[in-house]
Amino acid sequence: MSDPVIEVEELTVRYGAAVALDAVSLDVRAGELVALIGPNGAGKSTLVNTLSGILSPASGRVTVTGRLAHVPEGRQMFGSLTVDDNLRLGAWRDRDRSTDRIYAILPELAPVRRRRAGLLSGGQQQMVALGRALMGRPRVLVIDEMSLGLAPLVVAGLATHLRALNAEEGLAVLLIEQNARLALELCSRAYVLEAGRLVAHGTAAELASSPAVVAAYLGGAA
Amino acid sequence: MSEFLQYLITGLGVGCAFALIGSGLVVIYRVTRVVNFAQGAFAVIAAMTVSSLLGSGVPHGLAEALAVALAGLVGLLVGLTAIGKPGTSPQSALIVTLGAAVFAYAVEILIWGDQPRSFPGLPASVTVLGARVQSHYLLIIAASALVFLAMALLFARTDLGKALTAAAANPYAARIVGIDVRRMGLLSFVIGGALGGLAGVLVTPVQQVTFDGDVVLVVSGFAAAILGDLTRPAATLLGGLLLGVAQAMVAGYLSTSYQSEVALVLMLVVLIAQAARRPMIQEEPA
Repeated sequence: MSDPVIEVEELTVRYGAAVALDAVSLDVRAGELVALIGPNGAGKSTLVNTLSGILSPASGRVTVTGRLAHVPEGRQMFGSLTVDDNLRLGAWRDRDRSTDRIYAILPELAPVRRRRAGLLSGGQQQMVALGRALMGRPRVLVIDEMSLGLAPLVVAGLATHLRALNAEEGLAVLLIEQNARLALELCSRAYVLEAGRLVAHGTAAELASSPAVVAAYLGGAA
Repeated sequence: MSEFLQYLITGLGVGCAFALIGSGLVVIYRVTRVVNFAQGAFAVIAAMTVSSLLGSGVPHGLAEALAVALAGLVGLLVGLTAIGKPGTSPQSALIVTLGAAVFAYAVEILIWGDQPRSFPGLPASVTVLGARVQSHYLLIIAASALVFLAMALLFARTDLGKALTAAAANPYAARIVGIDVRRMGLLSFVIGGALGGLAGVLVTPVQQVTFDGDVVLVVSGFAAAILGDLTRPAATLLGGLLLGVAQAMVAGYLSTSYQSEVALVLMLVVLIAQAARRPMIQEEPA
């Protein structure tokens, strides 16, 4: 077993009196593709924002080893800036802000590098968000609702890139998804979050054959 | 003809000062969404400071540079009080800047009294195409052109400029990539303070400054900036020059007593035209 890059222990996060996450424990190991699935309002985004330091835990511990980059829900472009500028700002903390490496990894972005990010299609914007996160050379990527609002073909293209990044650069990924089918196809392990609690955990194959998961997330008939 | 040219050049000179004030408003608004009512105070404080420094023997050039730096520092203080506390809404911050502008009156009267002040600029006058103008007007125009060029380069060519824009465009995404949104906001107040200070330093040799002169300056700067929706520096420059020339023409051919009305009328016309184009109140998406 390789070292954990993300380790979450008994994490509880509250918004005022409301408990968004209740004693959640999970881990992602180096080079691993892990999914976190669950319905709207389960606390998935709360977990992401805690991992990237935007929210603070009420109790419990979050340990991130190495650099974590965040691909946020809704792409979150700097719409008035160009694709290239969006990418450069992804390395805002670093001295080297050269974008050539990203165009080599995501060649689809090269032809639109001078376009304003706000004018791109959803799929292109998701690609920019991915590239922007890769700029900081992270060890682990946390991707929030990547497939939301995108055509299946576009999602398949993104998934291909993620597999390649994982295989070639050993990049670990925590994929937060409502689309459980995609998540279980792409990842080797998965957690199921409901109403702020982890209700299931196992390999993708185990979860894909669990009657409860099939009924709730894979449209009934397995 | 030479009379017209004289009004045109003096108008452009004063218009540059309006544009500088306006671009200070624009920089702060772009990054923080705060309309900074203390913008005119930066100009007054810098101008008063130059008059004191020159009076105590500091040479020209150094006195102006120190005053602009001080205005940047005052900008930082206004920024800290207005947006220093995380979660302050732009609306609350706007009221804080209004309070800061009134507070500045008290400080200015305590330090410099309530009498108008001025100091000499470039002494000579030059003849441009048959029109005699104080060469100081040309200095104002040249200095402003340089500053606007530098600002354009900052926002269009540097990552710092991009980060300033990004902090305003999408604060959430800015935080995700590690841009300190609060620090960017404070930096915009420093830049805005320095721009306001520069306007005051440049314009005072041709227009006396009083402690409450900030109202005319901020109204004129706002009129210039509103032409560019408070976000576009180039339109602000155009607005400032247009306003300066219009005021100079009105003062030259009609009466000097209508000068500030020109700014108000221009601002009203622009606001009414913009209101006709789209709803007045727009909620920013969360």
